[in-house]
Amino acid sequence: MTEPLLDIKQLRTYFVSAKGTRVVKAVDGVSFTLNEGETMGVVGESGSGKTVTSLSILRLLPPAARIVGGEIWFAGENLLTKSEREMQRVRGSQITMILQDPLMSLNPLFTIGNQIGEPLRIHRGMRGHSLTERVKELLRGVRISSPEVRMREYPHQMSGGMRQRIVGAIGISCEPRLLIADEPTTSLDVTIQAQYLNLLKDIQLRSGLAMIFITHNIGIVARMCDKVAVMYAGKLVERAPVRTIFNQPAHPYTEALLNAMPKLTDKTERLWSIEGQPPDLSNLPTGCPFSPRCPKAEDRCHREVPPEYQVGDQHFTRCWLWERR
Amino acid sequence: METSQAVATGDTFAAQSFELTRWRKVALVLQRVPIFPLLILATLIFTAAAADFLAPHNPEVGNLRYRYRPPVWQDKGSWEYVLGTDHMGRDILSRLIFGARISLLVGVTASIFAGTLGTTLGIMSGFRGGWVDQVIMRLTDAWLALPGVTFAILFAVLMQPGKWNIILILGLVYWTRYARVIRGEVLSLKERDYVRLATVAGCSRAKIMWTHILPNVANSAIVIATLQIGVSIITEATLSFLGVGVAPPEPAWGLMLAEGKSGLMAGYWWLSVLPGLCIMLVVLAANLLGDWFRVWSDPQLRQL
Repeated sequence: MTEPLLDIKQLRTYFVSAKGTRVVKAVDGVSFTLNEGETMGVVGESGSGKTVTSLSILRLLPPAARIVGGEIWFAGENLLTKSEREMQRVRGSQITMILQDPLMSLNPLFTIGNQIGEPLRIHRGMRGHSLTERVKELLRGVRISSPEVRMREYPHQMSGGMRQRIVGAIGISCEPRLLIADEPTTSLDVTIQAQYLNLLKDIQLRSGLAMIFITHNIGIVARMCDKVAVMYAGKLVERAPVRTIFNQPAHPYTEALLNAMPKLTDKTERLWSIEGQPPDLSNLPTGCPFSPRCPKAEDRCHREVPPEYQVGDQHFTRCWLWERR
Repeated sequence: METSQAVATGDTFAAQSFELTRWRKVALVLQRVPIFPLLILATLIFTAAAADFLAPHNPEVGNLRYRYRPPVWQDKGSWEYVLGTDHMGRDILSRLIFGARISLLVGVTASIFAGTLGTTLGIMSGFRGGWVDQVIMRLTDAWLALPGVTFAILFAVLMQPGKWNIILILGLVYWTRYARVIRGEVLSLKERDYVRLATVAGCSRAKIMWTHILPNVANSAIVIATLQIGVSIITEATLSFLGVGVAPPEPAWGLMLAEGKSGLMAGYWWLSVLPGLCIMLVVLAANLLGDWFRVWSDPQLRQL
């Protein structure tokens, strides 16, 4: 295997308050790699730094956030040293992103065709007939019927599922190499969700793009992803191929997440959930951030932050439990 | 069983009525064109352009023997002076016809100028945020704190009075309203996902401001502009009345309105009511046009 498409090394993105007194470590030392054509799921509770990680890759962070350390290598180039102008060329053509809410992702004043064509006009300089043809092809690609008619219509004339597929079409219009999907299905109903996921999978098989899939839904991870990264309080606590995560979770947090997933065979009345609250990121506990909620925590866990251990083939975790073995 | 039958016939009825005849299609297109306001504006523009041919008398020279003649339909009115005469015996109709030139020019151009300036600053302020926002908004606050007319007089004294300068002055006085409103809208717009998605698609900031923000705020700007036309005409009148606007013998609606005020108590109502009606017509037409534009520019309303 040659070098990976995306190689993130020790990424640290902090939110700093205006006076510099409060620092929120939204992403704290995250590293992972992603190869061409691979899908990685990023799971974790709200506020664990999933979205901030993906926004860091695109360098689209809100003004208060700063990337304070690390490297993001994409196709052999460090994205963090690029100028804003160079990043504009990368966004939309090399790396794209699908946002959470399809109802809000389209500009109500422009036709569907116009909006799908936007990245093509910017990055490929396409105009006129060839642009129209490409837009139709993309619409057909995301299984929108009668694209000639639909491309002249406006977002309010589409259903939620169609809009999300159109957002997907915008995402892949310039044949990017990396697609970041930030909870793309949370606002869709379950049948549409399934269709949309199949569609993404199809597109991936056809074009060989790599995907980062941010989600709360472990079921989606099992179905879509080749590997999984579990985030907790801005740290990547475990990463492994998807089977390994489900069969042999190494970190107590991952185990807890899997347990919290309701099963059809369960006879219990109440759903099981993890005790306690995720920690305040501006005021992390000393030691492992999960230690206050961890059923297996030892004295040491409360005092020192665990390093990353290799547990198996491509399987890494940050937990003291693995030191002895 | 009656209800199910009713439903069935209702369906066939609906299917039939959706098939439009050619004439209904033409009628539908006509319905979408704002005929009434366009008619008013066309008449006014025509009047202004052809004033030399239409006006029965010289608007600036009166005959003192015929002061305060009432309009033709009142006692002592005559066809010689259809809408009566003013305190200097000048024909009101002729003055209204010539006044259309200046009033339309000043009202419309000043609103467009103020709108362009205010919208540009508002978008920049809202979109760029940070110190740009601070500077523009503090400037707007300071500007708003100054009394508009006094401010305009100051400008007018600094520059030479004249209609183009009046337009410039009115634009400089009234841009703040646009800037305030537009900035607020931009603040909410720029957080929308489609603006974020445009960034993700690789749009530059200038392109986002131009293609994604501007069309979405154009509506509010136009609504303010249509209201502003009337205000501009009146303010122009105030300035003219105070001697720093259009020079008095030249007719302007606002000026006529102001001059005629004193006559109201003496029963000479036509001096100020008639130019007032003209201003009202312009503002009405502008508002109707603005309203039509609002519907036309919104794809969702357009298809109703």
